[in-house]
Amino acid sequence: MSSAPAMLKGVMATRSGKIGVVLVGFHLLLALMSPWLVPYDFAAQTALVDHAGPSLAHWAGLDTLGRDVLTRTMLGGREALLVTIFGTGLAVVWGSFFGVLAGYLGGRIDELIMRSVDIFLAIPWMIFLLLVIASFGNAPIVMILTLGFFYGIGVVRMARAATLEVVVKDYVLAAKARGESPLSIMMTEILPNVRDVLMVESAMRWSWMLLAFSALSFLGFGVTPPTPDWGLMIANSRIYLALAPWPVLMPMIALSSLIIGINLTADALAKSLGVDKTTRALV
Amino acid sequence: MTGSLLSIENLSIGFTGLNDQPIFIVRDVNLTLAAGETLGLVGESGCGKSSLLLAMMGYYKQGLGRLRGGIAYDGQDPGLVSSQQLQALRGGGMALIPQNAGQALTPTLRIKAQMVEVLRLHSDLAPGAWHARCLALFERVKLPDPEEMLERYPHELSGGQQQRVAIAMALAGEPDLLLLDEPTTGLDVTTQVGVLSLLQEICRDLNTAMVYVSHDIQVISQVCNQIAIMYAGEIVEMGPRADLLNQPVHPYTQGLLASIPRLDQQTLPHPIAGEMLQPVHRGSNVGCGYAGRCALATDQCREIAPLAQPIADRWVKCHEVTAARAGEFIRPAQKLLAPNLSDSELLAVEDLSVRYQAPTWLQSLRGQQPPAIVRAVSFGIRKGEIKGLVGESGSGKSTILKTIAGLQPSLSGRITLSGTDDLAGPVESRPRRCLRKVQLVFQNPDASLNPRKTTGEILRRPLELYFDLGPGVMDEEVDALLQRVNLPESYKGRFPGQLSGGEKQRVAIARALAAKPELILCDEITSALDVSVQAAILKLLLDLRADSGVSLLFVSHDLAVVETLCDSVLVLEGGEVREAGSCAEVFKNPQHAYTQALLASVL
Repeated sequence: MSSAPAMLKGVMATRSGKIGVVLVGFHLLLALMSPWLVPYDFAAQTALVDHAGPSLAHWAGLDTLGRDVLTRTMLGGREALLVTIFGTGLAVVWGSFFGVLAGYLGGRIDELIMRSVDIFLAIPWMIFLLLVIASFGNAPIVMILTLGFFYGIGVVRMARAATLEVVVKDYVLAAKARGESPLSIMMTEILPNVRDVLMVESAMRWSWMLLAFSALSFLGFGVTPPTPDWGLMIANSRIYLALAPWPVLMPMIALSSLIIGINLTADALAKSLGVDKTTRALV
Repeated sequence: MTGSLLSIENLSIGFTGLNDQPIFIVRDVNLTLAAGETLGLVGESGCGKSSLLLAMMGYYKQGLGRLRGGIAYDGQDPGLVSSQQLQALRGGGMALIPQNAGQALTPTLRIKAQMVEVLRLHSDLAPGAWHARCLALFERVKLPDPEEMLERYPHELSGGQQQRVAIAMALAGEPDLLLLDEPTTGLDVTTQVGVLSLLQEICRDLNTAMVYVSHDIQVISQVCNQIAIMYAGEIVEMGPRADLLNQPVHPYTQGLLASIPRLDQQTLPHPIAGEMLQPVHRGSNVGCGYAGRCALATDQCREIAPLAQPIADRWVKCHEVTAARAGEFIRPAQKLLAPNLSDSELLAVEDLSVRYQAPTWLQSLRGQQPPAIVRAVSFGIRKGEIKGLVGESGSGKSTILKTIAGLQPSLSGRITLSGTDDLAGPVESRPRRCLRKVQLVFQNPDASLNPRKTTGEILRRPLELYFDLGPGVMDEEVDALLQRVNLPESYKGRFPGQLSGGEKQRVAIARALAAKPELILCDEITSALDVSVQAAILKLLLDLRADSGVSLLFVSHDLAVVETLCDSVLVLEGGEVREAGSCAEVFKNPQHAYTQALLASVL
């Protein structure tokens, strides 16, 4: 029922929603603009003054190799955002396609899809992901495809559950009795009525995927050095945490603020669309 | 007033909206109830009758509160007493019997545990005496085999039995006042009669006062001596039963009574124009709440709230009492004689049997069959005929409809349309030209329209599917369809959420008409609507038949509605046809015992 501007308005109606939108907007803007805003080259080293604290020249200090922490933090979310935005999009598209299909058709196809989902859910995804990255490298496209695939599995279940609630409605029955094709019923009768649930779900998935990507980077599988990345920055500097907290604190603040922003937005979206997040169903 | 058990003075319930404007759900209600008296509150859905009932117990739905006025039960205001006193009052002094007893009972506890809980809280009996008291209460409400009933779980009881348990629980604290919220609404007619006579008996024997809330004035008139008519949050007329039913004064009361279909009536039920403005939407607008639908409304009615004026034993809130008493504004039309139907049969159903489950492998191994829902049903519908399908819940009437529509596979039997088209198969196997000829309208208009599509889009879809029309013609068709169901063209852009219940059902009928069908299958299409709106839909269906000669198969549990609308009728029980024939014959002279029992249950 609501268009994109109406949805934004609904989110902005609550205070937490406003904070969320501002945080997410800030990070998106920063990711787009940071190459032109950063004060230093991200790989440039200031010799002999590694681990220096904040100073006028380097507001957030220097890291182990004497690189500017502020610069690296500002740039550190770019790849994470690129991968997770496209990854979430992919997850929601394929997940909801199979979820709606399973929920609408039922029977054997439902069984087939859902049992496959169960099998994939039983695989420890992190190990599988590491395997894929080890075989195909960590190019953004590989990351998008693998993360998108794994996070879509949960979307299948959720989209199916939402579909099951809509399928029993008389307007779906009316469309069947009218002789509509299954594709047309799924696209025009079911999809618009599960869209709200999918919207909230994709926002939630985005924040989880961001965490997963950062975890991969932390383990050294996400981005290749010297490209700056939050997870990698934390990993590289954590052993000096007591000595020099800034190189760890800055990416932590950046990552947390983004995830908190996404979660606040998702909460506000759920509230304004009338979707109950705990049951993932329309209230 | 002295001697009254319950008195309510100028009570208004609602909430404070934007700009500190009070929004009333119930406004300026005055009533008194003496011990042992029975009062019926009648009103359409959303008129505030349940909110008023709950307020008597000192309970307000979330967000609502008392805006002004006072309630006194036995001299105490339930809104001012301590929570301990309130607990003693609820269940002890007054007891609530909810609408859906099946949902009011805890599903995981045996009946006994739930009965004992009430006794523990609201009686002085020693624990040793609880069991005997339970049995006595169950005998009081005429539950068969009380010993065994106590050991059962709620789902092991029928709907009528659950309601009797709820009544027994309410009686456990020996209340002086019973509050009933539509206690028979979900029950079959034959069960309803039993529950109503039980309530009558209880009031008479125990001298319990009763406030009975219902949308059905016929149910109320069975049980209550005093009747109050509620409209848009106000009581508009209140008085003794006989006066009010025989000589209604308020235009709404008159309209309400005229809109009820009755078995023995020679006239058509007369609809009230429009639909009730929900109390929330009235805002703080003063003036008479009924002015928008009233044929007698003047400028005074729209601007000044009418005060209660006494007429003999009752009082009425109306400015135009003289004109209303003249009663000239309602002129019900004579019932139409059934048109001369041609002999050509449109639909023939022969030996139809349906079952829901296929046999499990264990059953097929033993040669067993799961029970059929519909067994060997045969009937025919002629061109232009309106056929009624009546029976209680579980009689298979909706299943037959779904099978004809192809949404439910049949087990055996033949369904043929116009002698040539075979309708036995599922909807996917039918050619488009066959699909077009049979259209379906559902019971609940809230669920039968896609909330994400506008009325225009909903009506356009069957046109696109069945006809090859240019875009200009398409728009004209949509306008014409809206006009045929008496909706303004401007409704094209509205979403279902912006329509009232009756309007949604009109759109659903228009969607069926869009296909230019030969047969429309109607599944209880008026039972979710208020009675004054139902009358308008019935009239619409009769007009459509007269205009286009479409045949209708009309499923309903309401015999009076079927008698008003249908030419012939089929009585079903347990999936089998008990009686069939023209409406006049079957209703005047029922042959089968089941038909006779059904007719005897009509209030």
